Amino acid sequence: MLDARIPEGPLELKWTQFKATCLLINPANRRKHKVIVVGTGLAGASCAASLSELGFHVEVFTFHDSARRAHSVAAQGGINAAKNYKNDGDSIWRMFYDTVKGGDFRSREANIYRMAECSMALIDQAVAQGVPFAREYSGYLSNRSFGGVQVSRTFYARGQTGQQLLQGAYQSLMRQQKIGSVVLHTRHEMMDLVVYDNKARGIISRNLDTGEIKSHSADAVVLATGGYGKIYYLSTLAMNCNASAIWRAHKKGAYFAAPSWTQFHPTSLPQMGDYQSKLTLMSESLRNDGRIWVPKKAGDDRKPNDIPENDRDYYLERKYPSFGNLAPRDISSRAAIEQINAGHGAGPLKNAVYLDFKESIDREGKQVIEKRYGNLFNMYEKITGINAYQEPMLISPAAHFSMGGLWVDYGLMSNLKGLFVLGEANFADHGANRLGANSLLQACVDGYFISHYTIMDYLAGNGLSKTDEKGLKEQFDKDTIRVKERLQKLLSIQGDKTPETFHKELGRILYSKCGLLRNAHALQMAREELKNLQQEFHQRLLVAGEAHSINFELEKAARVEDYLQLAPLIVEDALQREESCGAHFREEFQTKEGEALRNDNDFGYVSVWESTEKGEFILHKEHLDFNYVTVSERSYK
Amino acid sequence: MKLTLHIWRQKNAGSKGNFKTYPLEGLDPNMSVPEMLDHLNEILIRKGEDPVAFESDCREGICGQCGFVINGHIQSPEKSATTCQTHLRSFNNDDELYIEPFRAKSFPVKKDLCIDRTAFDRIIGAGGYIGVNTGQAPEANSILIGHDTAEEAFDAAACIGCGACVATCKNASAALFTGAKIAHLAMLPQGKLEAKARARAMVEQMDAEGFGACTFTRACEVVCPQSVSVANIVKMNKEFLWG
Repeated sequence: MLDARIPEGPLELKWTQFKATCLLINPANRRKHKVIVVGTGLAGASCAASLSELGFHVEVFTFHDSARRAHSVAAQGGINAAKNYKNDGDSIWRMFYDTVKGGDFRSREANIYRMAECSMALIDQAVAQGVPFAREYSGYLSNRSFGGVQVSRTFYARGQTGQQLLQGAYQSLMRQQKIGSVVLHTRHEMMDLVVYDNKARGIISRNLDTGEIKSHSADAVVLATGGYGKIYYLSTLAMNCNASAIWRAHKKGAYFAAPSWTQFHPTSLPQMGDYQSKLTLMSESLRNDGRIWVPKKAGDDRKPNDIPENDRDYYLERKYPSFGNLAPRDISSRAAIEQINAGHGAGPLKNAVYLDFKESIDREGKQVIEKRYGNLFNMYEKITGINAYQEPMLISPAAHFSMGGLWVDYGLMSNLKGLFVLGEANFADHGANRLGANSLLQACVDGYFISHYTIMDYLAGNGLSKTDEKGLKEQFDKDTIRVKERLQKLLSIQGDKTPETFHKELGRILYSKCGLLRNAHALQMAREELKNLQQEFHQRLLVAGEAHSINFELEKAARVEDYLQLAPLIVEDALQREESCGAHFREEFQTKEGEALRNDNDFGYVSVWESTEKGEFILHKEHLDFNYVTVSERSYK
Repeated sequence: MKLTLHIWRQKNAGSKGNFKTYPLEGLDPNMSVPEMLDHLNEILIRKGEDPVAFESDCREGICGQCGFVINGHIQSPEKSATTCQTHLRSFNNDDELYIEPFRAKSFPVKKDLCIDRTAFDRIIGAGGYIGVNTGQAPEANSILIGHDTAEEAFDAAACIGCGACVATCKNASAALFTGAKIAHLAMLPQGKLEAKARARAMVEQMDAEGFGACTFTRACEVVCPQSVSVANIVKMNKEFLWG
């Protein structure tokens, strides 16, 4: 059993207790400690800026050309906080409970409570930075509602909340860079994590413009490198999102938790053809005013506006009357795929459902809807050529958020000492399903309000001064050579299939056999297919160009190789967990009504995986204790 | 669908580039421009040729990473759109497309369609922030901001840092980019205190990076994917002179 090192004491005092007793370092000595931060999304940029403000020496790495581009930028709908500005019964406790329930009782109570507790300060911080959240005419902050809750606790900046929050963090980071306290390396990818004496001691980077491979040592390493939903190829993620940093760390000993828990977002645009490289997300906030339906009759070919009310099935409202169109994401996605699989799908490929605004437009007027969602409607029209004020949107579930990630303890530290994992890259807070608008929150809370305490606590007590410097240097040299050899190997195969081709095939296997719906038979087939694909990769990969200049193909090849190694672990995890919970739906384990059937007795733990040198997976468990909430069947009816 | 592409090929920053022609067939009108380039690269790689280097990440118009010149149109022939939001249905069958990188002295070409826009980051670093450390913030609703002010600040803050404004400007001026950040922060009560110093520092950095002066042709506003208004340039000048 793994120990998450959760502080003793009552739930609401755990974090206070931790802050009051953690070790500190005096301002003059902080400069002597160097921390490497990989990733400049919300979690990475906020962590780096906060550490730098305290006086630590921070070195930051991003593969992007600027720290403003990470995929946090694309989060649309909002960020949750238990401010209770709406006077609608919200509280830290309520937010905590909603999140535990939303995650289908597969996350840590202490972590979630802390996230809810820190949520309010985060809104304060963002406002102070100049984030232009939506306001009422009185000048007060405005809120809206998101899936899986009955209060309005979501703060938003039109449909570009992630962009605005990221700018706040990015600007804070650039301010620190300007005063020389942060060294920022753009267009640098982490090729490996250097572990010495069981501690994370630095990274090997590749300069993506020149190909230069370089060692960087530090007293602690922070990975804030985002999620890996792009492993499904067609996903809502950016093209360059990857699992590489966390997978490379995993291969150096960092445990990987719940790898198969990937959220499928219910309101993405459907796939339209084979050429497609990504699926664009439409914000969940649309479900506040849009009604989801499919034709009652399977195979109904009429245009949506020609289908009369009586021939429409508003299936979410029918099945989940108390949450209706705002049922949580896992449930909404599953309900959609059931309708599509049963032949009720809409659109040219019959792979979508309708999201209809007619009733809201009739009720509130086009202007009001335009004000709320104008940019989303524009975006929809740009992509599809369809005007959603006149006919319903076509939406479909798509791979989106990784609840899984590197295992971390309460202090966000991996089992490898000195390796901290923040934001979507860790597994910690969302259980088996993340609630909307909690992703931005977790990234921000990890980076602004948690990591600097826990990193300082580690640095103050780690005894790094006794390191054998010669041994450490040898480790760096060894890892550098390995990185160079790996890249040469990828270049030397000279087969006939590009990294992109392999990625697409990988995505097809995962979508069909380890996607929204899973079963043992399909998973076993996936295991075999992945084995073959991996073998084929090493025989037939074709990488253009060379290693000493800009080479996007080489970057992609290494990332796809990492994905091909992670995929079998995802399948293994899905196969091992013989229950349904949240986004993990095993068809063998469902209630009579077709809802997820959990097995708390046998699976009330987080699956935490270790990979051996030979590529075998060893399962460790972190038992989940629920001392404050009653574990129950999750109902949104 | 059939198109003839003329794409700017340049090995690296030091070499001279030129257009190379690639006829493409079997295209789908619903493909985005980057997806068309993916398709082309797949063909080039199989033929043993060097694929076209281009950057494109979110492919939904928000990260600011992509952005080329297509037949003289900065980013896109469509209004308020990025290159990744441009689909082949915007063109006619048998069209010829000239695709080249954004051109500006301060945005050197690194390879093919990739440019170096780090000058923008340095302008932000010079003062494009509110100097608040983590932990210092007061209760959020203690700072009241009128609805319209918040909306106006958002309009300025919506900039995605793509550089289209610079690329279209005959002077390669970064006035819209810089002005948008100065205006966003200056119109909010939290950002007022540092407004003048911020405007000075950012404008100085903008000049030091070699961007040209603004002669207010308003071309930038037209190509901006987020339709950031040139009114922000006026606000920048006001903060710089009298802030």
